[in-house]
Amino acid sequence: MTKGPRDKRMSIDEVVGSLKSGMTIGIGGWGPRRKPMALVRAIYNSDLADLTIVSWGGADVGLLARAGKIRKLVYAFVSLDSVPLEPNFQRARQAASIPDVVELDEGMFQTGLRAAAQRLPFLPMRAGLGSDVMVNNPWLKTVTSPYDDGHGHEELAAVPALKLDVALVHLNRADQHGNASYLGPDPYFDDLFAMAADQTYLSVEEIVDTAGLTVDTPVQRLLLNRMMVTGVVETPNGAHFTTCTPDYERDERFQRAYAAAASGSDEEWQAFHDRFLSGDEASYQAAVQAFTEENTK
Amino acid sequence: MSAPTSSTSTRADVCAAAIADAFRDDGEIFASPMGLLPTLGVRLAKLTSNPDLVISDGESVWLAGVPPIHAKTEVVEGWIPFPRVFDIVAYGKRHVMMGATQVDRHGNQNISAIGDWAKPKRQLLGSRGAPGNTVNNRTSYWVPKHSPRVFVERVDIVSGVGPKLAKEAGAAAVRYHDIHRVVSNLAVFDVTGAGDTMRLLSVHPGVSVEEVVEATGFALDVSADVPTTREPTAEEQVLITEVLDPKGLRFKEVPNP
Repeated sequence: MTKGPRDKRMSIDEVVGSLKSGMTIGIGGWGPRRKPMALVRAIYNSDLADLTIVSWGGADVGLLARAGKIRKLVYAFVSLDSVPLEPNFQRARQAASIPDVVELDEGMFQTGLRAAAQRLPFLPMRAGLGSDVMVNNPWLKTVTSPYDDGHGHEELAAVPALKLDVALVHLNRADQHGNASYLGPDPYFDDLFAMAADQTYLSVEEIVDTAGLTVDTPVQRLLLNRMMVTGVVETPNGAHFTTCTPDYERDERFQRAYAAAASGSDEEWQAFHDRFLSGDEASYQAAVQAFTEENTK
Repeated sequence: MSAPTSSTSTRADVCAAAIADAFRDDGEIFASPMGLLPTLGVRLAKLTSNPDLVISDGESVWLAGVPPIHAKTEVVEGWIPFPRVFDIVAYGKRHVMMGATQVDRHGNQNISAIGDWAKPKRQLLGSRGAPGNTVNNRTSYWVPKHSPRVFVERVDIVSGVGPKLAKEAGAAAVRYHDIHRVVSNLAVFDVTGAGDTMRLLSVHPGVSVEEVVEATGFALDVSADVPTTREPTAEEQVLITEVLDPKGLRFKEVPNP
């Protein structure tokens, strides 16, 4: 019998069980798009604490902030798009309940991940210069170019590597070894997250045979190679309520309900939590289905 | 000063034409409008003064045609996922028109937070791409509700960098720094006033200079004779009304005074 690459299938609980308090966790996707929400919900309900969360943020940041899981947040924005301001994030910031807050420019964030993925201490760029990103993060340094290309030795922002202990990403399809493809319009930065991290846990809509990954889609859609992936979890509808095009779009009605609860009274949030978030992923999905049926009668 | 000129166009349409003019001389670059009126203005420019503009659906593709602002489907001419947007920012062939919760006398913009950084009174989006945009590619701002709360002496958080701060940050920040226009529902500005400050370029038809000065929370650079923002041409009027925004979505953002 020939040996193949190992089977990396895991359960949500096994993934979250392998995480430790104090870890630096990068969350893939972009704002309200293709977020590994099933894994985020499980962290929300876990005993994990003191996390450093690195994310172009959406409800992932909102939920973890609401649960008091975040000791340090590295972000460039937190938004739900159709609801521009994330209420749980706003609430946490306005109460100063996240001890350490690092706001970067969007492009600096990419450069930081790229530096980590390339095992460099930093990469230079212009973004950040002159802005309060440098003022509010006084530990950010500049670097003087050793070259003069006719404009002097330019002093550039030295964006430090955003090294991650763990990356969590959600894609459309994977095989059991961790090769994974995105079928929507945008890869976002999930490959960079994976390469910036010591361990990457991947949730997908569907686990298929390796041959199935390219049977009806071009090979260019394979974003992650198995050597970048530690574990694979099949979580159908696992990016809900963010987009996971073409499997599903954002659940705008549910997002509005989330935002209303998050910006409402403690009792309103508690009711939302009790109904949707207090159980496991299966009970979340069942509650979402009931919510959808209730609202489409 | 003279009495305000009256207008036959709606204020929203004047704003759309003023935004279109901000992109008129850009040549073949990626026009990135954030929000409704900037999208309308950019598409208007592409249909009139600058057909070479490269426009997107705001999500992941470059559009070959010019759809109405409420539609996104069109013939596609390229792929522009988020990672490539940052490449284009650094490449420089881009003009972004962003929103602004605050803009100050020195053309700095804030979309990050209001109040103290450590414990803001109101947390906003975060700085998004504003720091990188302003030191890499041409950047303009759109303000739909001109008021002293938006136009402040000093922004609480500097997201977008104005020319004075860019100069203070050094040559690398200045090299590609290019704040082009600030368009509000009352007037058009640039940042070439004395000491790198906001200068009033034109007031919209029906708006007086005094009105703009009063609605601005800092001392504007105002010349003795401020022109009136032009009205849309007959062709532009047809394009706005019948092609780009037949549903009149623009009036939700800029109601007629």
